[in-house]
Amino acid sequence: MPSKSKFKEVMRRDRVFDFMVPGGRHAVIAKQLDISHDIVLYVEGISVSFDGFKALNDLNLYINNGELRCIIGPNGAGKTTMMDVITGKTKPDAGTAFFGQTMDLTAMSEYEIAAAGIGRKFQKPTIFPEHTVFENLELAMHCDKRVWTTLFARLSSAQQDRILEIVDTIMLAAQINLQAKNLSHGQKQWLEIGMLLMQNPQLLLVDEPIAGMTQQETERTAELLTSLAGQHSVVVVEHDMEFVRSIAKTVTVLHEGHVLAEGSMDEVQNNQQVIEVYLGE
Amino acid sequence: MTAQAHIKNKSLITQLFMSDKGSQIFFALLMTMTIVVPILHLAVPADSALHVSAYTLTLLGKYLSFALLAIALDLVWGYCGILSLGHAAFFALGGYAMGMYLMRQIADRGVYGNPELPDFMVFLDWQELPWFWYGFDQFWFAMLMVILVPGLLAYIFGWLAFRSRVTGVYLSIITQALTYALMLAFFRNEMGFGGNNGLTDFKDILGYNLQDDSTRVALFLASAIMLIIGYTVAKFIINSKLGRVTVAIRDAEDRARFVGYKVENYKLWVFTFSAVLAGIAGALYVPQVGIINPGEFSPLNSIELVVWVAVGGRGYLYGAVLGAFIVNFAKTYFTAVLPEVWLFALGGLFIFVTIFMPQGIVGLIAKLTSKKNPSSSPPIENQFSEQKPWKSKADA
Ligand SMILES: Nc1ncnc2c1ncn2[C@@H]1O[C@H](COP(=O)(O)OP(=O)(O)OP(=O)(O)O)[C@@H](O)[C@H]1O
Ligand SMILES: [Mg+2]
Repeated sequence: MPSKSKFKEVMRRDRVFDFMVPGGRHAVIAKQLDISHDIVLYVEGISVSFDGFKALNDLNLYINNGELRCIIGPNGAGKTTMMDVITGKTKPDAGTAFFGQTMDLTAMSEYEIAAAGIGRKFQKPTIFPEHTVFENLELAMHCDKRVWTTLFARLSSAQQDRILEIVDTIMLAAQINLQAKNLSHGQKQWLEIGMLLMQNPQLLLVDEPIAGMTQQETERTAELLTSLAGQHSVVVVEHDMEFVRSIAKTVTVLHEGHVLAEGSMDEVQNNQQVIEVYLGE
Repeated sequence: MTAQAHIKNKSLITQLFMSDKGSQIFFALLMTMTIVVPILHLAVPADSALHVSAYTLTLLGKYLSFALLAIALDLVWGYCGILSLGHAAFFALGGYAMGMYLMRQIADRGVYGNPELPDFMVFLDWQELPWFWYGFDQFWFAMLMVILVPGLLAYIFGWLAFRSRVTGVYLSIITQALTYALMLAFFRNEMGFGGNNGLTDFKDILGYNLQDDSTRVALFLASAIMLIIGYTVAKFIINSKLGRVTVAIRDAEDRARFVGYKVENYKLWVFTFSAVLAGIAGALYVPQVGIINPGEFSPLNSIELVVWVAVGGRGYLYGAVLGAFIVNFAKTYFTAVLPEVWLFALGGLFIFVTIFMPQGIVGLIAKLTSKKNPSSSPPIENQFSEQKPWKSKADA
């Protein structure tokens, strides 16, 4: 496995991760994303427990720059918890999570992580229900999000164009003035994806994007996610195997908070352990 | 594009209110009242049926200051989802700052005739003015404190609370605790704010006798003008992107965080601004009622305030104003006619509103009219509801 040896080289802590010496943890919020080693996300040895129950158990995961990765696993495997850790919602009991070479995600708060370039779609579609589709996208837009600048913010025409462009991409142009709470479930999912796009993140974490979507919407989602890969890195959690097969090059199987297998869809599907815990049904 | 250019030429004020019927009606009514009431008081003879008595004038002035307080609460509760049950504390602090100024204006006209010390200090056998009373003989200093004291307290309190992500009912409880603690503190004579009697027996403000008709009218006008200013600034905030962010925080706090907003800063900013508005309202209230005492910190006052906003309709600025007027009118009426009934009426009203009209009177009206006319605008104030930049683009 050539990629594995490449990881090993990169992982030489004494050389690359100088800042990982004990106590240096909080000093590592760099402004600039450094993906010179072509890896955008390093998750190493992460453990999270809730009241003694280990939701994540020594989880290791590496996402390449521009890759589209699918993560599968039975209910309760820890997929959502993993995203919580990466986006700063949950602090791990042990382990490290790095965005690029330099940004220590476990020491950053949600808004810093979002500003650094990680966007997230929740498992349950989460949008701003009282705002219109347009306003939802406007609020998500990548820009200075400090209080004072926000008070006096005016949309530039470039920003307006960007919103209109995204609204076409997510096929909600006809609903642009509609309050988001009035959208269908699938449309809400799309709006949330649109909000992700407005943030223009380097890494997108997408939790169960096609729940509640029609066949046609699902296909469109697959198309969209595939087209994003390359310029962005995309991590998709999904239960729908057909969907995963249609988009995935590499699949990671999570089980009981640990990576059980990793590889192409075929490799994973033929893995004996995986068949036992997950696909054997 | 022409629509946009057209809009740019209009003044900021026009832009703020042109698509908001409710605010327009509110302004029309408020302006009418502001002009008519003083005239009916000053120019119409006292035996005429149209004469507005000094009592009514002052009562209305008091309601105006309550309306400003209601707007302050609506900003944090209706638009940012922070249910503060201690907002009367900021009102009372602003009131005390004004009261201290009015106390110092009494000078040697007090019962003890001491030019240096207010009566209650002489009574307590104090020899000199405590340091925190320094400067309050200056009007500008007192007005600065009206803004700074509530603002600073809100800032420190909010910084601690929002940073540790205290939300929902827990936040409500600690705001209630805050106002209760202040009440107990101000009840103590040693605090130096007049103990349970508070500050009273005021003589004049800026050299004008508080009992004079013209002074009363001036205070009434000051309250009306501050309400207009407060309303307009609040409206500007709500219509700005910042207002949309606070509503977003109210509805989906996590989403707002992951989209990249530092939620605690937004909450802190709105909370502090709201406390300053409440303080100003308190400063307008005190010279009109002629007294400020620790009872104003009573937790019950803060809860009453929540009822005003709930009844009028939270999430609508004019709803908050309407609620303040209606509930206080009812209170004035009940406490005069059936004093025992008032608290039960208040409690009953709150329960009724919570169950049957969760959006208050204004929300109910909006619902009824939108049923008739489904295209009517949504409750969220929207800078684009008129502008619709994408429409004009698509049309072009
Ligand atoms: N805040 C929490 N407190 C307690 N337990 C939690 C918490 N969050 C998650 N868990 C538990 O951790 C485990 C992993 O949950 P997680 O949501 O990450 O699973 P998942 O892989 O996303 O599952 P699904 O496919 O159902 O979405 C579950 O057993 C869940 O009950
Ligand atoms: Mg999940």
